[in-house]
Amino acid sequence: MMLALELFRSIPRYAAARTLGSRMPGLLVGPMAPVRLVTRDEPPVRHDGWARVRPLLSGICGSDLGVVTGSTSLYFSALVSMPFVPGHEVVGELLDDATDHSGAPLPRGTRVVIDPVLACAARGLAPCPSCASGRTNLCNHVTVGHVSPGLQTGFCRDTGGGWGEQLVAHSSQLHPVPDDLSDERAVLVEPIACAVQLARRAQVPSGGSVLVSGAGAVGLFATLALRELTVAGRITVIAKHGRQADLARSFGATDVASPDEAMRAVRRATRALRVAPAPLPGPAARIVGGAGEMLLGGVDVGVDAVGSTGSLDTVLRSTRAGGRVVLSGMPASADLSPAWFRELEVAGTYASSGDAFEVATGLARLAPLDGVVGGRYPLHRWREALDHAHSAGRLGTVKVCFDVRSRA
Amino acid sequence: MSRPGFVLEVDDRTPPLVVHEGEGFRLETFPRGTRVVYPPESLPGIRDADGAIRRALLEPTNSEPLPVLLTAGMRLTIAFDDISLPLPPMVKPDIRQRIIEQVLTMAAAAGVDDVEIISANALHRRLTAAELKDIVGERVFRSFFPQGALYNHDAEDPDGMLFIGETDRGEVVEINKRAAESDLLVYVNVNLVAMDGGHKSVPIGLAGYKSLRHHHNSQTMVNSRSFMDHTKSAMHHSAWRMGKLLADHLKIFTIETTLNNDVFPDSYGFLMKREWEWGVRDQASMLAARRGLAIAPKSVRHNLYQGMRAPYGLTGINAGETEAVHELTVAKVHQQQMVEVQGQSDVLVMGVPYVGPYNVNSTMNPILATCMGLGYYFNSYRGQPVVRKGGAVILYHPVEPDFNQLHHPSYVDFFEEVLSTSTDPAVIEAKFEQQYATDPWYIHLYRTSHAYHGVHPFYMWYWAAHAMDHVGDVVWVGADRKAVERMGFRAASSLQDALEMVSGTVGRSPSITYLHNPPHLIADVR
Repeated sequence: MMLALELFRSIPRYAAARTLGSRMPGLLVGPMAPVRLVTRDEPPVRHDGWARVRPLLSGICGSDLGVVTGSTSLYFSALVSMPFVPGHEVVGELLDDATDHSGAPLPRGTRVVIDPVLACAARGLAPCPSCASGRTNLCNHVTVGHVSPGLQTGFCRDTGGGWGEQLVAHSSQLHPVPDDLSDERAVLVEPIACAVQLARRAQVPSGGSVLVSGAGAVGLFATLALRELTVAGRITVIAKHGRQADLARSFGATDVASPDEAMRAVRRATRALRVAPAPLPGPAARIVGGAGEMLLGGVDVGVDAVGSTGSLDTVLRSTRAGGRVVLSGMPASADLSPAWFRELEVAGTYASSGDAFEVATGLARLAPLDGVVGGRYPLHRWREALDHAHSAGRLGTVKVCFDVRSRA
Repeated sequence: MSRPGFVLEVDDRTPPLVVHEGEGFRLETFPRGTRVVYPPESLPGIRDADGAIRRALLEPTNSEPLPVLLTAGMRLTIAFDDISLPLPPMVKPDIRQRIIEQVLTMAAAAGVDDVEIISANALHRRLTAAELKDIVGERVFRSFFPQGALYNHDAEDPDGMLFIGETDRGEVVEINKRAAESDLLVYVNVNLVAMDGGHKSVPIGLAGYKSLRHHHNSQTMVNSRSFMDHTKSAMHHSAWRMGKLLADHLKIFTIETTLNNDVFPDSYGFLMKREWEWGVRDQASMLAARRGLAIAPKSVRHNLYQGMRAPYGLTGINAGETEAVHELTVAKVHQQQMVEVQGQSDVLVMGVPYVGPYNVNSTMNPILATCMGLGYYFNSYRGQPVVRKGGAVILYHPVEPDFNQLHHPSYVDFFEEVLSTSTDPAVIEAKFEQQYATDPWYIHLYRTSHAYHGVHPFYMWYWAAHAMDHVGDVVWVGADRKAVERMGFRAASSLQDALEMVSGTVGRSPSITYLHNPPHLIADVR
């Protein structure tokens, strides 16, 4: 038996989360949470190529919080299987001898990080066209095969997840952790791999200007990857809090602006023209939405690293005509008029593929990541952990993790 | 007979004194021994202003009479000082209206048909139609504005500027093309303070960034000591060189006017009197004003102050050749504003009022407040600064971080971006000036909306460069703490606190001088 946090199906709690989640997040870590701490059987190894992993540290991601607070789109409801143990940013150690994604042997006790995507290989299926082309993050078979539906480990009832004391992972998901990489840095490899994917999808032109809206973990790692892996020129980051601004600069931002000042900062940096509709009287302004300011001109590439309506609106309105808008994280609804009028290329970026984990491991070694993991909680203090993660930016924290071994 | 200005030394009998602070004022008790510099009382205004104007045009200085210069078929341009003068704006009719009407009458009599009238706003904001009408009057406005013959100077119109040449120092002289190609340019000036007028009118008022950058920069400003004495001002020296070059290419007929110190309407007349001489009516007016301002919403206070019109009296009008005219003008300004002050002090105290040249019908933002206090008021001296080198300046103003988005869009960015990087005028100039001066959006707003040019906040900051270089400490009383800290200064809630804060610079028993301004004064520091 093992201790694990379990996300379960509860219509009343889901409804409560969706209604109140954004306004009263405190309720979601209290009695209204669709999460519970349970003692349950360890997930069994049922097929060849799978191995047991004992999580050491497991991060709390924005998408995890989205599920808990009911803000995730129902689009994903058919791609998960309830109840499941969340947690897909995992550094753990192998409890069985295994092989890694390339077939190299990994003896029991090896520290590994997990590429959470449950693609064709993990499901015992012949590769779909996406997997055959190496783009496993776009696998078409995430609902069929050996394991229950689940787009990733941490959203599938059969595999367990990082918020439990044990999970199972397929060899295609395993990446060994170098000895000189601490657990605190290793747990960041998965989100950094996502940022590597983002940097590649951004297709930044040489010397191009980039706007990263948001300076949480997604935005900061995106900034790091864009600076290290692309030929971007000026990178402007929108940061709400002081520590986020400092970190953004240390990760490679050229300049940092507050959300209120973002449009002005981009306009200055790109010498664009700013257009604002004539102000309407108070009540009329509230009724007529979508009448915000916009730029004619702007950045070459805009990255929404928040997933809120405001952030996506800002990015769409500050990207130059013919520019590229990259959606990182689960996007909210927004006015797509700029995408039409400015002929923007809107590109999603989901998880990672190819050698992103190797590149991310290299970045995790060299980047100034000390102190980025700002909170470590044992599983039984999950309410505090989620509360902390929910207010991470305000509290000066980038990443909150469960220290699965800890009983303190 | 108006009394001259004088210096009061505060003693036990001295009542609390008026100190202006934005859209309000306070009564401040100064430490014993504080020197208070009062401006001279208003000189009597000329009773027959129209007659004086006519005489000036017919009997000019170093020039033929205006009617002789006007010939049928000629191209005549009349340029006038924009809304930044006088401060506050004057009650109607504006003196510029009276002058322009007489010039036009003479032009009509001579059969001059090709006449255009230009507001010489340099890189200032375009005046609205109503503001143009306030200055030139209904009759001139109706005759010229609808035909497009009354308009604002546009320094960014690529087809509207003409390169004249370079001075012997390599300074580019480029001015408004219509003015430059005219057979005669008549310039109508309001010489509120000694800094105005002379060759500062045409070579600056009708110029653009290419010319202005030669004298509106941190180096020149630091070496202008002071702006109120054009013989010792590097900025004026540059303008004079440009003016001499211009005079070789263009016939300019300069008309300069001087005003008295009646800067407040009758209901605020107590603000122009010495406090111990307030009568019952003055006391009542003061109390009513204080109580009213205390309870009035901010917008009401703003409208009340911005709606104020000064009943200035005309003290002089001179016309003719620019330099000769200006000498007469400066002498008149000195007669109205000069006060002799013996020696410097450790601390200079000044109240920054609600209006400066660049917030008429607008908002005095933190940069404009700094320009007003450390730029214009600090420089309101002749000889040497009122405060000693390394001394302290204490200013009164709320310094609220409020910006008028229509008039001052680049100021917002300057405050947020530039000042958060550095407050050193030279550093700012090197790093940011070009970017702001050539920003297409600021240029667009300057040309089509009512925005000051993108480079304008830099110039405002440079105005304060001499003060920032000279003094060791600047403290604002009653100011928004964050706003003044952004600008590299400190805030205090009272004069006592401010004196305590500057004690590290000037000691615990500093000599203090308070400039009781407005009305305008120039401290002639011996």
